[in-house]
Amino acid sequence: MLTLTCPCCGVAAEETELAPGGEAHLKRFGPGASDEDFETYMFARKNPKGVHFERWRHAYGCGKWFLAARCTATLEVFGTYPAQTTEPPADLIARIKTRRPDWEGCK
Amino acid sequence: MSTRLATGGRLIDRTKPLNFTFNGKRLRGFAGDTLASALLGANQMLLGRSFKYHRPRGLVGSGVEEPNALVGLGRSGRFEPDQRTTTTELFDGAETVSQNHWPTLDLDIGVVNNWAYRFLPAGFYYKTFMFPRFAWKHLFEPIVRRSAGLGRAPSLRDEDRYEQAYGFCDVLVAGGGVAGLAAALAAARKGARVIVLEQTAHWGGRAPVDGGTIDGQSPDDWIRNTLQTIEKMENVTLRRRCMAAGLYDHGYVLGYEQIADTTPGDGRPRHRLWRIRAARVVTATGALERPLAFAGNDVPGVMLASGLRDYLVNWAVSPGDRTVIVTNNDDAYRTALALHEAGLVVPAILDARASVTGALPDAARALGIRVLEGRGIAKVHGGKRVTGVSVCAQAGEGSVLEDIACDAVAMSGGWSPIVHLWSHCGGKLLWDAPRAMFRPDAARPPTGADGQPMAVAVGAANGVFALSAILAEAKDTAPAPAIPAPDDEAPMAPVWVMPQGAPDALRYKMWLDFQNDVKVSDVQLAAREGYASVEHTKRYTTLGMATDQGKLSNINGLAILSDALGQPIPATGTTTFRPPYTPISFGAIAGEARGEIFQPLRRTPMHEWHATHGAHWEPVGLWRRPYTYLRHGEGLHDSVRREVRNTRAAVGLLDASTLGKIVVKGPDAGKFLDMLYTNMMSTLPVGKCRYGLMCSENGFLSDDGVVVRLSEDSWLCHTTSGGADRIHGWMEDWLQCEWWDWKVHTVNLTEQFAQVAVVGPNARKLLEKLGGMDVSAAALPFMTFTEGVLAGIRARVFRISFSGELSYEIAVPASEGMAFWTACLQAGEDLGLMPYGTEALHIMRAEKGFIMIGDETDGTVIPQDLGLGWAISKKKADYLGKRAQERAHMANPDRWQLVGLETLDGSVLPDGVLALAAGVNGNGQKNTQGRVTSTYFSPTLNKGIAMGLVRHGPQRMGEVLDFPTEGGKVVQARICDPVFYDKDGEKQNV
Ligand SMILES: [Zn+2]
Repeated sequence: MLTLTCPCCGVAAEETELAPGGEAHLKRFGPGASDEDFETYMFARKNPKGVHFERWRHAYGCGKWFLAARCTATLEVFGTYPAQTTEPPADLIARIKTRRPDWEGCK
Repeated sequence: MSTRLATGGRLIDRTKPLNFTFNGKRLRGFAGDTLASALLGANQMLLGRSFKYHRPRGLVGSGVEEPNALVGLGRSGRFEPDQRTTTTELFDGAETVSQNHWPTLDLDIGVVNNWAYRFLPAGFYYKTFMFPRFAWKHLFEPIVRRSAGLGRAPSLRDEDRYEQAYGFCDVLVAGGGVAGLAAALAAARKGARVIVLEQTAHWGGRAPVDGGTIDGQSPDDWIRNTLQTIEKMENVTLRRRCMAAGLYDHGYVLGYEQIADTTPGDGRPRHRLWRIRAARVVTATGALERPLAFAGNDVPGVMLASGLRDYLVNWAVSPGDRTVIVTNNDDAYRTALALHEAGLVVPAILDARASVTGALPDAARALGIRVLEGRGIAKVHGGKRVTGVSVCAQAGEGSVLEDIACDAVAMSGGWSPIVHLWSHCGGKLLWDAPRAMFRPDAARPPTGADGQPMAVAVGAANGVFALSAILAEAKDTAPAPAIPAPDDEAPMAPVWVMPQGAPDALRYKMWLDFQNDVKVSDVQLAAREGYASVEHTKRYTTLGMATDQGKLSNINGLAILSDALGQPIPATGTTTFRPPYTPISFGAIAGEARGEIFQPLRRTPMHEWHATHGAHWEPVGLWRRPYTYLRHGEGLHDSVRREVRNTRAAVGLLDASTLGKIVVKGPDAGKFLDMLYTNMMSTLPVGKCRYGLMCSENGFLSDDGVVVRLSEDSWLCHTTSGGADRIHGWMEDWLQCEWWDWKVHTVNLTEQFAQVAVVGPNARKLLEKLGGMDVSAAALPFMTFTEGVLAGIRARVFRISFSGELSYEIAVPASEGMAFWTACLQAGEDLGLMPYGTEALHIMRAEKGFIMIGDETDGTVIPQDLGLGWAISKKKADYLGKRAQERAHMANPDRWQLVGLETLDGSVLPDGVLALAAGVNGNGQKNTQGRVTSTYFSPTLNKGIAMGLVRHGPQRMGEVLDFPTEGGKVVQARICDPVFYDKDGEKQNV
């Protein structure tokens, strides 16, 4: 059972306090988008074995959504950060690269 | 016979005798006994029957590893099967019954399986499932059902209560033996918050029985002194009778504490489940001794050498007058020495090693005990009790060299570190070939949230047995670099089959898994039949699948498998170690979540009134809503019909408080709602109501409800009763994660307001009697809202209708809900007012052709399917689900669409039934062209009405469809307009 620190309220929350929200940093495609773009947005998920950026909601706490970088294989948590961003913060990327030198980066 | 010795027994208090029963027989033990030691002390060697062959079974071990000695314990609401006698403390009045026999323990008919062992080999069940088919159904199944099953499931409600608790620490030490206590002390001295869990009632583990010196003290002294030191430290919590059951992600440890097992009914919770977060976990869980595989090793009286020693030293129980020791290592000699010291006879020590040196064997020899080198057991004699052994050369094929009379056998095949906790969360093992054991690989530990090792193994759990090395290891909590043998012990020699060249006849009688009756021959057969994976072999043979989860059998079994496959043991590997370490009670897992507090119940402000006025409850999410209000002697159907007819003819009252109420406010609220709903909400004038639809991004209809423009910058969104929290979460998701720069604030006010629907021709008269507000058609037209005071209570009044009647929904502060409800009841007395429930609500909406989320929708339905295209804005550039609805298959004219259905005979269609079409599909099933989504008996029209989705439905008015129902009958129904009642809306438009 995971613990993730909510960047909004600072609580190290048990997984039972959290609600998962799938992959983070999806770009929304609305009316006018091509079928391919919409399909990618709606259905195509990276599902990597390794570094993953994902959405969590502190559902039984402050209620806020936040984002987490986590290794899906070892469950190592590289960091959590507020949801109001389109890409992971640079210092987090740097930390992941030291922990996972082979990581191919955000794609 | 087994008996209680006159002196000794470090754990028992002879001044406190305790009475208990076994199969109705009255027996006596002492405080400090386990059920096992008390039974053995009372000469009860035969304790059960094995699972498959119903062989007689006695105690093998003295702890969690015990596979045989399981009993039913307690009576009526406290009866529990499969209780391990070795880990159950004796208490006065304990009632125990043996298991797995019929009709009695001493005379068991199922033992026929035993004679037929050649016909019940590995994979027996799989093979009989396959062929011949008739044999399973008529021959095997009845026999298997009669004889299968371990224990008897309780039939009564559990009388005990259970609880759960949370704990947090820097270091959790699992195991309170010497290694665990030393590690706890070392960590505590560094200032860590430490929790130590010990599964038994005693600290110190095996050391007091095994002897030796620790820091120059006897084990008992060292343990006492160390505990005294630790108990004075405020940063350490010691918890006995609490097993670390599992290690999970991020240092989450499940602790299983047994509190009131020995004091049933004393008011305390029986068990407590600890949910502990530990930054680091020290596994000091010890090791388990392995049996040896020789013919007849399951006969009662054959025990683990360490277990037998425990009974002798801890509880002063002699398993027999003459005990033969059979071993491949030095440790078993401690049992010989202990027996000798107790004045009992050890006729011989059979040591499989060709040459035996070392301090312990020398001590045995010095006492005059025969030590036979290179020897093993060819066969154990006896049925329900050991009567003797035949000795053979370990290197040979089992030729009998000598017969020795004895009434007990103590066996030792070496020790296996308990690596369960280490392995639960990904810790890896390495094979230590010289000592024939898997032990934790410190280089590949389980890792935590920070990616660092979250566990360290110490002591015997790490393969470190020497007391001096254990202390050294604890001081730096890193594993000792070179792992020494136990103090002064010679190396062991792996022995997997005894004798090594044993023929089939002997292998058929060598047990690996005592509870499930898996023998050396079964594992070898599995290998011959092509099973190469240890996981497959486990399932095929059932090795290690019993309640003991292979604590004794796994290593021996995989060694046999490796040998049969001709590969080294690490190439075979182990099966997966899964929590819990030993079975834990369902009660502890459920904790307090049972009965009325199984889950929280949501009650409206009028809940108690409903309860005292005949409410038949319907669960709606966590809410309870009245389905109908039963009057004396009335059936459900009659009650619902009365409520519908009365509402249509006079006036009805509905508790609509569960309806979701979300306020959306801010400069960008209108823009936001235009994205959320399919229709335009930003243009809704203040004071007006509009029905709205919400879709998922995938285009499917997700929720509906009336939206009210409260003021220039705020809207009130009504959602379905079950959808309020979900829709509020949905709104927040988009506001926090996508449009975070939009200035919008949402608040879920569902529970802050009570809402009452006043519905029917007399609704306006009732509101006028309440007084305080102009509710005339002119002042409050259909689909408008006003705020004011009704019956002296602050109220928001919405002129909306879900029934087709003249209808008002009035929201008042929750605290005023009951007062307002009462005021309505009083005002309605001479207007024919009756409350109505959810079923009448559903029927009236169906009569009007209104859809219901969850009935007409199932996650694959778009608004266009339901004839709700009018509620989709053509002007808006975007809304959630719009792009998805532009996909080709969403506009496909072949999609099933909403219609009404009326049966030709007036009957009620079954719910969910499919409409048949001509022909069959690729699977040979009949084609379908539609299905029923809502179906009711309409009291208003006095016939069955239904709604359904039908291919090209709206273009096929008047066509008759066939609906097959149960029993091969076909009901015919005609496609019609889904609005069955008052098509022109005259009733609500007054
Ligand atoms: Zn939070």
